[in-house]
Amino acid sequence: MKPQQHNQSKTGAARRQFFSFVKKELLHIWRDKRTLFILLGMPVVQIIIFGFALTNEVKNSKIAVLDQSKDAATSSLIAELNASRYFDVEENLTSYKEIEAAFKKGKIKLAVVLPSQFSEDLKHTNKASVQLIADASDPNVANTLTNYATAVVMDYQDRVTNKQRLPYSIQVETRMLYNPQLKGAYNFVPGVMAMVLLLVCTMMTAITIVREKEMGTMEIMLVSPMRPQMVVIAKAVPYFLLSSINIASILLLSVFALEVPINGSLVLLIAESLLFTLVSLSLGLLISSAAGSQQVAMFISLVALFLPTVMLSGFMFPIENMPFPLRMVSNIVPAKWFYIIVRSVMIKGVGLAAVWKETLILTGMLLFLLTVAIKRFKIRLQ
Amino acid sequence: MYSVEVQHISKSYTVKKATTPALKDISFAVKKGELFGIIGPDGAGKTSLFRILTTLLLADEGTATVEGLDVVKAYKAIREQVGYMPGRFSLYQDLTVKENLDFFATIFNTSVEENYDLIKDIYVQIEPFRDRKAGKLSGGMKQKLALSCALIHRPKVLFLDEPTTGVDAVSRKEFWEMLKRLKEQGITILVSTPYMDEAEMCDRVALMQNGSILSIDTPQQIVASFAQTMLAVRSASMLQLLNKVRASSFVENAYPSGIYHHVILKQQATADQLQQELSAAAFADLEIKKGQPTIEDCFMQLMRI
Repeated sequence: MKPQQHNQSKTGAARRQFFSFVKKELLHIWRDKRTLFILLGMPVVQIIIFGFALTNEVKNSKIAVLDQSKDAATSSLIAELNASRYFDVEENLTSYKEIEAAFKKGKIKLAVVLPSQFSEDLKHTNKASVQLIADASDPNVANTLTNYATAVVMDYQDRVTNKQRLPYSIQVETRMLYNPQLKGAYNFVPGVMAMVLLLVCTMMTAITIVREKEMGTMEIMLVSPMRPQMVVIAKAVPYFLLSSINIASILLLSVFALEVPINGSLVLLIAESLLFTLVSLSLGLLISSAAGSQQVAMFISLVALFLPTVMLSGFMFPIENMPFPLRMVSNIVPAKWFYIIVRSVMIKGVGLAAVWKETLILTGMLLFLLTVAIKRFKIRLQ
Repeated sequence: MYSVEVQHISKSYTVKKATTPALKDISFAVKKGELFGIIGPDGAGKTSLFRILTTLLLADEGTATVEGLDVVKAYKAIREQVGYMPGRFSLYQDLTVKENLDFFATIFNTSVEENYDLIKDIYVQIEPFRDRKAGKLSGGMKQKLALSCALIHRPKVLFLDEPTTGVDAVSRKEFWEMLKRLKEQGITILVSTPYMDEAEMCDRVALMQNGSILSIDTPQQIVASFAQTMLAVRSASMLQLLNKVRASSFVENAYPSGIYHHVILKQQATADQLQQELSAAAFADLEIKKGQPTIEDCFMQLMRI
């Protein structure tokens, strides 16, 4: 009976130590208002910047039209271009020479040339052509704009040909599944989530542990009855709480401000986010065991984690297009798997059955990192 | 029965393949309830020794025990029984005095109330500032808070690494008074300091230099064992006097000490012989008297051997 009592008082003491440490850590965060503001404000700012400023969608691009036939068919086609949310007809040109000048002025991104006898050609030879001239100094925008314009012209053609069926024609019908409007937000919300969680969890946890080493308080913590492993875990808890707040604010902002729907299970989405948070936290613990100063901790977090997360997670650049070695490297970037999971659950609306592989990989990473981090944590100095 | 026993401890650090010895074959023992001073200049190895005893470092060679527990094998048990105050006052700067104290009390499985009698004398002095952040305290106040935190769990052995460095003279004196009162509670105290004048406050001291112990004894005994004749000399032109004294064939060593120069005579030489030599040089306001050796003089002498 007695040893058990002793055990109980021991776990009680350990629990008190743990909560006291967490409380102390929360006080550190709460008293450092500037950092707290950055930690909580960062996801909001990132979502707003990505959502409203850094968008790769093309809206209301100014175009010029050179209409050489000026008949019913061309004017209805121009009206259709103008009516779409992608284009605003800025200028009506009268000659080819003016096209170059209009581009040089820098206002227009695309010029649409409709040749003379457009309507006659369409009716009699069943073949009319439209020339699209794009400003390819930004190739991505040029590409997108010509695609949009082609789509509008095809739309128009469909309506015209409906009346007079062509004997032979292949119709290519494109449907953009899950994101019919090709909204950029669908792409970057998962990316921002991965970035913010990595920054908050990994970098802040690493820095805060290394700070105790730098300040010399870790020395006292080691010469105390508190288990060293408990020290690091207690340090990670507040950042886990902060991350939960960030997950909530990112999801709320994406749903209500950016109108990105959560098509799948919210519970699954949150559970996967918390799993990724834990992976990031254990990465932070691992970095803290290797870094001797706050600067080093920050440097490792940024160079070894943040850059790969941005570059190799598929968030900015598609992994499929990367050379083989980089594709291999991308496999060890946790954010890649998280990005896939969030996109699948949030946008495609699939369940755990579809993302079990990625979930399993993240869980494996978590176990591995946590084991190594705790094993590497020194019970002595040096 | 000894509280701390150190046997043949050696430790060296390797930085970029260059090995620097920090401790060379150190042995000593501290009795229970003793106030034991480790006196030596910066780089003598004091902090390394303290870190080995507080289980923070592993020695390369030798063994050490604290309260009969081996510092390597029983490190967990030692960590529950000792109090440690590192060289820098390691407190949480952004927590208040009270929060710091409460925090350390909980970490050491106790409460401020439980051991209040032990820290009362010290704590009443910082109590007026209980809601002030530790980072905003003066050096002396920080030191008192750090000591309170190290004492809060009523440790059997207290390790204080240079507690008085960077603290004003009045606070230093108060601090030693506090240590004497703690000693009466039966706590073994090991304290390191670079200030030789603090040696007199200890029961026994170990004089340390370059990783070796030069001498271990009571301060009185160390002073008494000073075998040679020491004179204190001064005049209107101190620098010339020092040069002259150092050049003298009767003098073994001479160095400035306060407003005098301390002069250690060679074995065969007498004070009269030096007096004659200096009088011949006609220094203005020349004063020669018999000097009372201090720990510092002993240290200087031991360093020469």
